[in-house]
Amino acid sequence: MLEFIVFLPLFTALAILVGAPARYTALSGAIVNTVAALLVATRLPLNVEAPGATFMASSRRMLEKPELNLSFAVDGMSLVLVLLTVIVTFAAILASPPESKIKGKGMVKLYYVSSLLISAGALGAFLSTDLFFFYAFHELALIPTFLMIGLLGHGAERKRIAWTITIYLGVGSLVLLAGLLALFFAFGGQTFSFDALYGMAENSNPIAPETQRTLFLLLLIGFGILISLFPFHSWAPPAYAAAPTPVAMLHAGVLKKFGLYGLIRLALPLLPEGAAYWQHLILVLLLGNILVIGLVTIAQRRLDTMLGYSSVMHMGYVFLGIASGNVIGLNGAILLMFAHGISIALLFALAGKLRDRVGSLEFDALHGGFASKMPVMGVLFGFAAFASAGLPGFANFASEVLVFFGGFQPFQENPDAGLGLLQWTVILSLWGVVISAVYMLRAYRRIFQGPLIDSDSKAGFEDLSPGERVPVVLLLAVLMITGFFPGILLKYLAPTLDALTLFGG
Amino acid sequence: MPAYSLEIIVFALGLAMLMVEAFVKLEDKRSLAWMGILGLVVVFGLLFKVEPHAEDDTRAIWSLYSDSRLSLFFKGIAVLSTILVLLMSADYRSIILRYTAHAEKGAHPQAGLGEFFALPIFACVGLMCMASATHLLSIFVSLEAVTITFYVLVAYLRRNVGSLEAGVKYLILGALSTGFLVYGFAWLYGVTGSMQLSEIATALCSGEVSQTGAIFAFGLILVALGFKVGAVPFQLWIPDVYQGAATPITAFLSVASKAAGFIVLVRLAETFLACTEGAIAAQAATAFAVIAGLTLIYGNITAIPQTNFKRLLAYSSIAHAGFLLVAIASAPLSPLDVDSASVDPDALSVKKVVAFYLGAYLLMTMLAFFIISLVRVHTDSEEIDAYRGLAKTSPFAAFALLISMASLAGVPLTAGFFGKFFVFSLAIQQQQWWLVVVAGIGAAAGFYYYLKVVAAMYWNEPDESGSAVISLSAITRTVLFLLMALIIAAGFAPGIILGLLG
Repeated sequence: MLEFIVFLPLFTALAILVGAPARYTALSGAIVNTVAALLVATRLPLNVEAPGATFMASSRRMLEKPELNLSFAVDGMSLVLVLLTVIVTFAAILASPPESKIKGKGMVKLYYVSSLLISAGALGAFLSTDLFFFYAFHELALIPTFLMIGLLGHGAERKRIAWTITIYLGVGSLVLLAGLLALFFAFGGQTFSFDALYGMAENSNPIAPETQRTLFLLLLIGFGILISLFPFHSWAPPAYAAAPTPVAMLHAGVLKKFGLYGLIRLALPLLPEGAAYWQHLILVLLLGNILVIGLVTIAQRRLDTMLGYSSVMHMGYVFLGIASGNVIGLNGAILLMFAHGISIALLFALAGKLRDRVGSLEFDALHGGFASKMPVMGVLFGFAAFASAGLPGFANFASEVLVFFGGFQPFQENPDAGLGLLQWTVILSLWGVVISAVYMLRAYRRIFQGPLIDSDSKAGFEDLSPGERVPVVLLLAVLMITGFFPGILLKYLAPTLDALTLFGG
Repeated sequence: MPAYSLEIIVFALGLAMLMVEAFVKLEDKRSLAWMGILGLVVVFGLLFKVEPHAEDDTRAIWSLYSDSRLSLFFKGIAVLSTILVLLMSADYRSIILRYTAHAEKGAHPQAGLGEFFALPIFACVGLMCMASATHLLSIFVSLEAVTITFYVLVAYLRRNVGSLEAGVKYLILGALSTGFLVYGFAWLYGVTGSMQLSEIATALCSGEVSQTGAIFAFGLILVALGFKVGAVPFQLWIPDVYQGAATPITAFLSVASKAAGFIVLVRLAETFLACTEGAIAAQAATAFAVIAGLTLIYGNITAIPQTNFKRLLAYSSIAHAGFLLVAIASAPLSPLDVDSASVDPDALSVKKVVAFYLGAYLLMTMLAFFIISLVRVHTDSEEIDAYRGLAKTSPFAAFALLISMASLAGVPLTAGFFGKFFVFSLAIQQQQWWLVVVAGIGAAAGFYYYLKVVAAMYWNEPDESGSAVISLSAITRTVLFLLMALIIAAGFAPGIILGLLG
């Protein structure tokens, strides 16, 4: 079943390359995959307390020594991210421009094949229970992203940007690879299997604390580059601004979560001492994400780079959840990964539609009053902006609250110790909520409110067509459902997180 | 069936092709190529019928010759690359004829083409012998058999200045390196009193030999083999020769000749690194590490600014030699046999890593050279600019080249990634940290220069003049498809290549 979920997008892509009608094949593949993921969700048992995924485990031996298996399994944590992936993929394919608008022979194919490859890579990485394939699947996105940004991206700088993101992420992946290999050898160099590694780490971790620190730092840098952790963030905003809509949705929404997932899945349980040692460094860096990048976001003069920076900024909250090192914080972190993934995909989808109509995403070109021309777009964008700013009722709010609670958990348990760096970080991070409200609401005001300018009133800006509304409404609905009932996702997370040995207690 | 009968069959095949060329009137000389390919395919099948023996088994003909799994694997590389080179040459015939055709009246319109199909067969015999050579004599003789054939093949396009220049450079530097090799072998024999590699290893370990003499011999041999595999600072000939030679010959040099050079290098490295005591092993290990680092840096940095695709691949082949040398430099200072009973036979040894890397390298490099020769035939250019817009005019060829470049760059889920992955594993396992860093930088640079070709194909519109529509014959298309499928398959399951090594 899980193999089916991972390989279906690949086979769909292959079918499109061979000549199947691109949009319908991709769409039906995405629908089937969404249904399959939901099916897995209904059948996942919620009473298995294990640090690793065990449900629906399948394994194929690829190499005898060192033991290498193409193995997949699912647990609550991976399930949440798989749901995120299939939903965003579905929306991204729906949000791809109609074939008539994609110029050039063969480009239609490229559009959908790239989306499917990125999706397959993310699914494979989230479901793999083997260190090697966990890494390898993620890299499936590298070349499609490179091709799509350079070929079909926006702006005159797109080729340079495509090079930057590819080389930057390539270097990040190599650092990560070195870290993962060093981890593999620190555990004896016999097996890549997550379960075996957890087993070894559980009964007296064989890695000395000093080694753990080095390894954790290596993984933090490697994953950090992929997540756009401050100060490794500079690749992300221009890349998202230049990328075609589906690539931006998938990359910012799904692929970036790979690094966070890796930190929670591997670095925390396998290197608890290392995580505890670098906790303060992470706290300082995430403040860079939230406050420094937050202010940078306010200063943006274009909607697309603003969204790019806001996505970098929100990674700070996820790191805060991770750095708290307790179950509440991690619940919040994972829920936030889901919520942020959906909401940023939603915003990029709307920004793409706006660009199709106005031709530019400069705030100077988007000088207000569009709500009267495009009321549906205005309402939906407003909802998306509220969600992203963390208004109650959306999953973003629920998860950010959990993250903040997680940060105060140690204080609550032991109030006599006073406020630690963690709590001060939470207090400072709260200002980030204000910052994101500022830039989101300002963007909304500038684009949609106020009087319409003469030249714009003559232009034939059409509102979202019913077909275009589908992906947007779908994503919004997911955000609101999980916002009102976060329990439907959190119940999946509890068994896994309870089983993790966490440095924060 | 003894392994050496295969060399005899291939040799007979080459002779038969020459006889057919001389005495049978052929309208289309490509029939010769088909004859060679057919024969070699049979030989390739027969390789699986040979019962392999242990690496240090001396029962096979005198101790000159090993028929271990490793030897058979490298024989397989030689045969397979010869098959692919012949196929490529058949597609490339118009270019060959342009620079070789006889001007006088009454000559066969394809005169000069027949030998071009026969000569690689003889090189193949030499390469197969090299794969089995475990004795200084057999190493030297087989190596010369290969080199002399290549002297002819590199300079084959005799009306093309570039090809002649390549021929002269290859000849002079090749002869020089042969000199070094003989001199080194003479010293080694003088110091140890033996020409058989395992006996030399024993003698070197006994502590009774002159350390200085042995290290001197090692240095001379390293120079000579460094030339063969294109290691810095003996790489000078590579760019010009690769660029000047006919593309199928460049592919042959790049894959088969390099692979054979590496199997010899690995066997000699094993001999010198065999014992942990004494200065010889330590100094040899240091020398390998230094050369590996230099080769990686030089190959990867100089590949970046290249604008000619063949030249780019020449520098990239230096870079790949660097990765392979990292594997050798990361050899544990103990016997590194695949077949020896003393070590875990399943463990990922240096030999296995080198063999896998070269197997993967064969697939991806041959795929790239196929496209290069096809583009050359259709546009008469080998500049990267000629690939602009290829994705729009010939999507299949562009996609094949994309897979090849991704694999050469080491994108995961391709065979090339596993090659690099194993090399990194060895280096990290042996804690060769600075080599890991240099290899990492090299791999990152690789992303840039390989993707440069991809960018040219996909990001640009086809020029008015450039990127003609490439027509692929059914057989070429099938071969390209097979190569692509193997690259991807080995990217998921490296066992399909490693399994051949036992």
